[in-house]
Formats: sequence, structure tokens, C-alpha cells
Amino acid sequence: MDYLDYVQMTRGQQISYKIKSFFTGIPNAIKTIFLYIGYFFKSVFLFIANGFKYYGLRFTQGDGATKASYIIMGAGNIAHKQVMKGIVFLACEVAYIMFMVNFGLTYVSKIYSRGVHVDPKNPDLVVDGVVGNVPIEYEKDDFFGLSDKIANADTADDSNKVLLFFVLTLMVTIAFFAVYIANTKSAFATMETIREGKRPLSFVDEMKTFLDERYHITLLTLPILLLMVFNILPIIFTIFMAFTNYDKDHNAFNRLYWWVGFQNFADVFYNNAEKSYTFGKVLLWTLVWAVFATFSNYILGIVLALLINKKDIKAKGFWRTMFVITSAVPQFVTLLVMRLILDDKGIMNAILHTNIPFLSETGWARVSVIIVNMWIGIPYTMLSVSGILMNIPEDLYESARIDGANAVQQFTKITLPYISFVMTPYLISTFVGNINNFNVIYFLTGGKPGAVDYHSGAGTTDLLVTWLYTLTVSEADYKLASVIGIIVFVLCATGSLITFNMSKATKNEEEFS
Amino acid sequence: MTTKQTNVGTMQAGYGQQRKIANIAAYIVLAVMVVIWIFPIVWLVLQSFNGKKGVSLNTFFPEVWTFDNYIKLFRQEGLSDPMDPNSPMVVLPLEKMTFPYGRWLLNTFIVAVFSCLISTLIILMVSYALSRLRFKSRKMLMNFGLILGMFPGFMSMAAIYNIMEIIGLGKQLFSLVIVYSSGAGLGYQIAKGFFDTIPRSLDEAAKIDGATRNQIFWIIILPLSKPIIVYTALTTFLGPWADYVFVSYFMKGDDEKFTVAMGLYEMLKPETMNEWFTVFCAGAVLIAVPITILFTIMQRFYVAGVTGGAVKG
Repeated sequence: MDYLDYVQMTRGQQISYKIKSFFTGIPNAIKTIFLYIGYFFKSVFLFIANGFKYYGLRFTQGDGATKASYIIMGAGNIAHKQVMKGIVFLACEVAYIMFMVNFGLTYVSKIYSRGVHVDPKNPDLVVDGVVGNVPIEYEKDDFFGLSDKIANADTADDSNKVLLFFVLTLMVTIAFFAVYIANTKSAFATMETIREGKRPLSFVDEMKTFLDERYHITLLTLPILLLMVFNILPIIFTIFMAFTNYDKDHNAFNRLYWWVGFQNFADVFYNNAEKSYTFGKVLLWTLVWAVFATFSNYILGIVLALLINKKDIKAKGFWRTMFVITSAVPQFVTLLVMRLILDDKGIMNAILHTNIPFLSETGWARVSVIIVNMWIGIPYTMLSVSGILMNIPEDLYESARIDGANAVQQFTKITLPYISFVMTPYLISTFVGNINNFNVIYFLTGGKPGAVDYHSGAGTTDLLVTWLYTLTVSEADYKLASVIGIIVFVLCATGSLITFNMSKATKNEEEFS
Repeated sequence: MTTKQTNVGTMQAGYGQQRKIANIAAYIVLAVMVVIWIFPIVWLVLQSFNGKKGVSLNTFFPEVWTFDNYIKLFRQEGLSDPMDPNSPMVVLPLEKMTFPYGRWLLNTFIVAVFSCLISTLIILMVSYALSRLRFKSRKMLMNFGLILGMFPGFMSMAAIYNIMEIIGLGKQLFSLVIVYSSGAGLGYQIAKGFFDTIPRSLDEAAKIDGATRNQIFWIIILPLSKPIIVYTALTTFLGPWADYVFVSYFMKGDDEKFTVAMGLYEMLKPETMNEWFTVFCAGAVLIAVPITILFTIMQRFYVAGVTGGAVKG
């Protein structure tokens, strides 16, 4: 359905269309998500299957040297006059083997050591499947003696290091596998070139292709490497953490942690009454907050933009700048100032001559953070709506005027539908952004006020992300934190996938080129 | 016919009057809103000149005007002066505790500048490759980046800190630079959108003249991309400038390594707040002024960046 069809409908039709399309959209969105996942697995499967097919084909059709390079990397290249390239491949293989023997294999073997270890909190409980090795034999009931012995043992493993280096070894192996495949491809290709009677590229010429045909490799190597080491590796590590019992009782080098399977997820969802209660409450408030924070900013931001962009309003630039200035001041400053203003003994209460617990009582605090968030967010919405307003085609208004529409009609029939039509993807991405809105909550209330029936660290204004922060920084409950992180990821991924499907911007990528 | 004309006339007169009232109402609403929005900022600035300590509640304007708060930021009050042999070494009571604001400002500046340089370079490289070069794994990389970007930013904070400790960068400012710039590769969308709009014929003409893709990037595309370079540099500078989350975890307990965001937050801890509140205001004003100026200048880039995607659809 086109925008113009939509505008031509009556108001009632528009509303019913919106409601209808919302509900008819839900199964569609779910369908797309599953299609997307299915498509993903299909392409991965095809990729692997094709890889094996060509891997085998190249082997059977290759000559002796090509076949040799399946074991000794670079052999094919060296035999076919690409000596330097062959040596580079060979060096990669040697380096990888050295890495595995001296480093990688140690940690791979320790990732699931079948050692036994005593839980410091329950000395009677003995578990197996420890990450790392416990060096000393001990008696089951000799708990206090045990902790002394292990603390003094220099040979005890650090579970953290074992897990981290295991993930590193995993990634190095995957990278090496890619190089290995490239090596078989290259061996086969040089063989073909020689068969055709051409000279294979010299090493220098080969290097030159990295500035031209293969320039993308030059550009992307450093960014991807950085992402691998400082984003992907920590994320995989954190996901693994969710399946261990890594927390403040199991984190020093002498206190190993171990695999607990889906225990932490079970705790959060149903097993542990306190944790699942807290999680349910925090999740609910996160969603309520995201809805209110998004729509209050959206509606009032549009109103403000319309006011400023009203034809008869003078000095538009001045008004806009006044609002932009407030959003230019770093958020941590404005939010801390707001916290002081709304304090129990703050200036707001002094002005009003009241004693309102703006930030110290659950109900008031929840309303306060939403209102302060409006103060923070409305200027941003105003800026982006201003941009959209300027882009509404003037001829729409012109033809409306010719047809005798007055200002109110023009507004309800053109401006409003246009904004809501264009802004829907923006709305959803703001919603996802608000689920992750750390600053407003943390600097205003820090998640407080606390509640007696909540799990430690959580307060009644905590969002999932601020709870995640507290769990990491002050509670050192890493296992729970990573479970929460994974849940937030699933929430955001679902939201973003819906946005991604709705926004046409990504599909028109080639339009300009 | 005549009646109809007069009707239109009176309608127009009534409409004009209505419009005037509507305009006045609009101005009043705008003015009230501006006051609400500006009030906390003005209060902050005024308090930074307040000569009385603590959060003053009774007066909006300070009773005693002073510039001391700004001086106090940069003076290690109470510490012995190394130049003065007579100055006594004293153990400071809590209210005499000092905060090395100058050090924080320097730290923030160093971290922000280096992150900005590295991130800008990375973003330009990635967005150029994804926008103007065609290669097999391009779509896959973009989808992968999209998924990676959906993990909460500080979910893996503890793991990153572990890595930093292992490679010997624990509690080093450089670790912050790495954290802020290593993820830059994921923030390519806006710059890519810009590169998409530069006509392809430019590349092709250069290619016919024998230029490599490397030369096209540096000699042809980059000089055309000044607005997006400025925009990218400013946003990547502002991020570290105002970040609290990573500093608070990485530099916990080592106040010589704080950035301003973390330091100012520490100043407002309950035990130091009363003594240091006005100084906090001065520190906040100092850090906000350059940003406000930068932000106002880049307003138009910001509008273009935010609405770019929406308008295109």
C-alpha cells in the first residue's frame, strides 16, 4: 500500500488500517524471523557443502604438488614458481602448529577437566567438570584445610584464563582453517595458470593486487582483527560464562568455577524464586519504561517541532538552538544536576514547599525518570522531525489548497500521516534504544529505591541493562550478568529485525550508484 | 453572490484574528518550554559561581559571587607545596580531600583524541570498502555486523578487562582507547550512506585513467567527503568524552586514571557532596562549554545524519 492510498482514506479507515496492519503484521514478523533464521542455516549449510565439494574436486583434479599442499601448505605454490607465496603459507602452518603445541592444546585439554572441586558455600557438594585443574588431592569433609592448601599451590589453574585462552585457540583455529582453504585454492589456481601456458603472478605483483582488486582485504583486515579480539572474543567468553558458576565466590585463581549447564537460565526463569521474581519485575518495568519513554518523546517531540516550524513563528533558529544547547551538555552532567534538583532535600521541593520523594519512592521515581527522560530526549526528536517536515513535498499542500482544504485539514490529512509513515522505523529503533537506556536510569536513581523482595543489586527503577551493570561492577555476579546480557540481546535482536524488515532504506542501497 | 462574498470576508477577518491568538499561544508555550529546558543549565552555571558551600536551596542566585570554585578545581588544596619548605605535611580529613581535576581533564582529552583518530580512520575504511567495493563476503559481513551490534555494549565488559590485564594494559589509559575504537568498525552505516551517494562514474573515470582502488580512495573520494569526516570525527570524539560505564569499571579505585565523567560522579558521592558541590558545578561547566560549542556547530551535520536513513526510504 502506497503512502498516497493511505492519505486518501478517511480518518476512521486510517485508524482501523493501522490497528489491522499491526495485528496482521505480528504473524508476518514472526514468519520473517523464522524465514530469516531458516535462510541463515540454509546458506551456512550450502556454504559448507559447496566448500567440501570444491575441496574434494580440487584434490582429485590437482597434480602431485597440489595434492601435496593439502598436507604441506604452500607446496603447490612453491612447485609452480610462486616460491614466496608458498613460503608464506608454509610459515603460517608452522606457526599454527607451534601455537597449538606450546599453547592452544593445553587450554583445550583443560576446558573440561574432570577434576573434582568443593563449592566453598556448600562443603558437602562435590562437582566435576571443572574449568582448569585442581592440583591437590583432598578429603571431602576437609573443607577448611582444602582452601589453605589450594591457596598455597602455585600450580592451580585460573579458570578465567583457561576459558579465555580456549576461546582464543578456537578463533585462531578458525582463522587458520580459512588460510588453509585459501592455500588449496591458490595451489589449484596456479596449477591451472601454468597448464594454460601463462606465467603465474610474481610475489610483488600479487602484493600489488592488495591495493586494487583485493583492496577490500587491505581495508578490512585491521578493523576485523580489532573486532575479533576486543568484541567477538569477549562476547563468546561472556556467553560461555552464562553456563558456568562464575561469581565472587568462584573467581580468584585458587577458586575454580565449573560448568553448570542451563542452571543459570533455569534460575532466572523459574527455578530460583527470588531471582525469577526479580527478573520478571525488572523485565516488566523495562518494557513499560521503553513504551512510555519512546511515545512520550515521540509525541511531544513532534508537537515541539510543529510549533517551531509553524509558518508564522519567527526566529526559528533561535528556538531550535535553545533546545539543542540542553542536549549538547554531556548527559552525565545534566542528569546529575537533575538528580540534585529532584533530591528529597533538593531545590524542587524547596520551590514547591513540599516533601515529595521524587527519586526515593518507587512510584514517584518511575514517573520522575520518564519525565526527566522527556527533558533529555525531546530536543533530539524535535531535530529529526524538523528534518522530515522540511522534506514533505510542497505540491501535496498545494493540491490540497486547490481542493479547498483548510489548515487543520492539511495538518491531519498530510502532515500527521506523513510523519507517522516515515517515522515508524525510527520509532522502533528508539524503542530498542530505550531498552538499553543506561544513562538516564543510572545517573538519576542508580536503580534505586531498593526492594526487600528483590534479588541483591536490583532496585525498582532498574532496567535490565543497569541491573547488568550493577551485577558486573558491584556484585561481581558474572554468571547472572551474562544471562541478563543474552536476554537483552534476544529482545533487541527481535526488535531490530522487525525494524530491518520494515525499513526500505536498506533495500534501496544501490539506487544512487 | 454578494452575501457569499461578505461571508468569505468576515470569515477571513475571523480567521486572521484566530491566527493571531494561535500565534501568541504558540509563543507563550515555546517560551515556557524554553524556560523549563534552560532552567537546570542556568542553575548549574550560577551555582558554579556560588561562594557558599553545599547545595543552596533558598536562593536561585548565589548570595556571594566568587570565582574560587574554578581555581579550586586545579589546586591541590591541603597538600604540602613542594616549593615551600615550611608547608606542613598533613593527613587530610575527608572534607579536605582533593580531586585531581586537571589530571582528569588531561586524561579525558588524551583518550578522546586518540579514540577519535583511530575510530575515524577505521570507520572511513570500513564504510568505503562496504559502500564502493564489491566482493563475495560483503553482504555476509554487513549482516554479521548488524547482529554483533545488538549485544549490549558493556555486556562483555568483565571479559574485556580480563583480556586487558593479560596483555598488560590493566588500569592503563590506552586500554580505554582500545575499547572505544575497536568497536568503531560496527558504526559504519552513516558514513556508508554518504559514500553511497557519491556518483560511481567518478570511480570509473579514474579507473580508466589507470588509478588503483587505493588511489581512488585517498585522492578522489576522501577529499569529497569532508562533511562526513567532520561528522564522524566529532561523534567519535564526543563518545569517549562523556563515557562513564567503561571508565568506572576499568579504573575503579585509581583516581589518577579517571576521566572527567567518572571523577565528577565521584565528587557527588554522599560523603563529599556537601563540600564539593559548587566545585562539581564548575567542573561540569568547564567540560560542557567546549562540547556545547562543537555541538552547535555540527547541528546541521547531526540533522543530516539522523534523518538520512528515514528520508531515503
